[in-house]
Amino acid sequence: MHNKAIIVDKLSKQFGDFKAVDEISFEVAKGEIFGFLGANGAGKTTAMKMLCGLSMPTSGNAMVAGFDVYKDNESIKKNIGYMSQKFSLYEDLTVRENIKFYAGIYGIASAVIVEKTKQLLLQLNLEKEADLLVGQLPLGWKQKLAFSVAIFHEPQIVFLDEPTGGVDPITRREFWNLIYDAAAAGITIFVTTHYMDEAEYCNRVSIMVDGKVEALDTPANLKQQFNVQSMDEVFLHLARKAKRTE
Amino acid sequence: MSPLRYILEKEFKQIFRNPAILKVIFVMPVIQLIALPMAADYEIKNINIAVIDRDHSSVSNKLVQKITASNYFKLVDYNSDFDASMELIENDKADLILEIPKNFESNLYKEKETKLFLAVNAINGVKANLGAAYMTNIVQAYNADFRIQTITPGRFNELPIFEISSTNWYNPKMNYKIFMVPGILVLLITIVGMNLSSINIVREKEMGTIEQINVTPIKKIHFILGKLLPFWIIGLVVISVGFLIAWLIYGIIPLGSYFTLYLFAAIYLLVILGIGLLISTYSENQQQAMLVTFFLMMIFVLMGGLYTSIDSMPDWARWFTRLNPISYFIEVMRMVVLKGSGIIDTGKQFIIMIIYAVVINTWAVLSYQKRA
Repeated sequence: MHNKAIIVDKLSKQFGDFKAVDEISFEVAKGEIFGFLGANGAGKTTAMKMLCGLSMPTSGNAMVAGFDVYKDNESIKKNIGYMSQKFSLYEDLTVRENIKFYAGIYGIASAVIVEKTKQLLLQLNLEKEADLLVGQLPLGWKQKLAFSVAIFHEPQIVFLDEPTGGVDPITRREFWNLIYDAAAAGITIFVTTHYMDEAEYCNRVSIMVDGKVEALDTPANLKQQFNVQSMDEVFLHLARKAKRTE
Repeated sequence: MSPLRYILEKEFKQIFRNPAILKVIFVMPVIQLIALPMAADYEIKNINIAVIDRDHSSVSNKLVQKITASNYFKLVDYNSDFDASMELIENDKADLILEIPKNFESNLYKEKETKLFLAVNAINGVKANLGAAYMTNIVQAYNADFRIQTITPGRFNELPIFEISSTNWYNPKMNYKIFMVPGILVLLITIVGMNLSSINIVREKEMGTIEQINVTPIKKIHFILGKLLPFWIIGLVVISVGFLIAWLIYGIIPLGSYFTLYLFAAIYLLVILGIGLLISTYSENQQQAMLVTFFLMMIFVLMGGLYTSIDSMPDWARWFTRLNPISYFIEVMRMVVLKGSGIIDTGKQFIIMIIYAVVINTWAVLSYQKRA
């Protein structure tokens, strides 16, 4: 219990007749990099939104950072970071202003914000761009910045929904370096992705098909289980069974 | 430090970085306040009149002179053929036909009585009504002149005459600008306030930033206040600019106190911005929000008592105007500006506005859901 960041038990979300998420159960250990895979429409984003307190579950239970998703969703929010598929920084604010705003609503003291912002800009190599509008930055930089903003308040867990969509391979590698840094600092990483090379970077991965978790293990064990060479093949093997299309 | 401070800082930066919004806030109201009252005039001028004179006497000539000498009428035709004049009406070139019958003058002298015939083109109802009324006035005045000239002095007046003399209280010269400008100012801050607030939250929905906000521990009340306060302050600035223009250009200084007006405006803005935020929380995208706002504004403006008198509306409509926040502010504005009413005189409106503000904003906070 104490070494689990996330505990999910038969969690479901139904939209009318459609079961977007169908009784999924899994656990994520503290400090783990957990890959949450699945084809488009498999229900990954819906499941993640329930865990973040953005969406009300239909049934089942889940504990995130030690809090119940039904009752304590506002307490969960203090302890998690979230980066959505859609780019979610303000394009009409500067890099510095975005950091200040998000840090401010988490209630971080302003002296701390100033100090940490300085460090962050140095780390991301964005010092010169600090007073540029975020809208003017290239996508890869924006994504790295968005990630850094999502973990600025030092959450226990960070949820990343396809954080590297549309980003070039070099930037993706840099992005994953940031993820490793965060994990090393003790933050649990919960990440969805469509890139199977990224799945290999995870400690464990789950693969969702049609709203259900069909496989969950380390990448090495999964490859062994399905007797294939790469995560790509594991994914194809499972995802081909999907009946849902987007 | 309260997160509200950071939200306000962000909102103000975004507002002042958007040139379109700045224009909507400052340039548009100024231009409208200068241009609209000049055009939105209740007095009707340039009524096109065709005169059919079948008499061609000195009396009929004088009458036509009187009519054309007034600012209200423009003589477009002067002949003796009814069909030709009727054609002018049909082609929309004339609004009125005045027919002076044959023997107009001789009947007037001999029989002490004569008739004039007035045909009105009622397609533009307001113009036609006012035209006919002006015409009646001119003819009556001419009639009175004529009596004085022809009735032998000292002789007993056969027909007693009633005469009504009226005084226009609170606006002695019936200056329509004093009447319209405060009302237009109300419309302006309503339009600016409701439009800006209604597209604000929905804009965050479209950009996807609302999700990022919803995943933070931000309090709903802070979020709504952060959205409301900047526009509230801007609304009060716009109304100040409006008062300044009213004074500089139209010489309008309220008889009552500015304090009463500002206090009412402060509460009124909460209502208007609250309605905008409500629209915003229920809309999926900016177009939807704008259409709903436009629809509401149309009803609020047309039934707000500025262009048409609420007292002459049918019962159901009058009942409806009780829900219309604009009607209260226009009423208070006129009472304070023209009559010098104070807070006690406008107490009823104040109480209703406060209830309205509480209800709408509670609803707005409740309707904003961080979790779907």
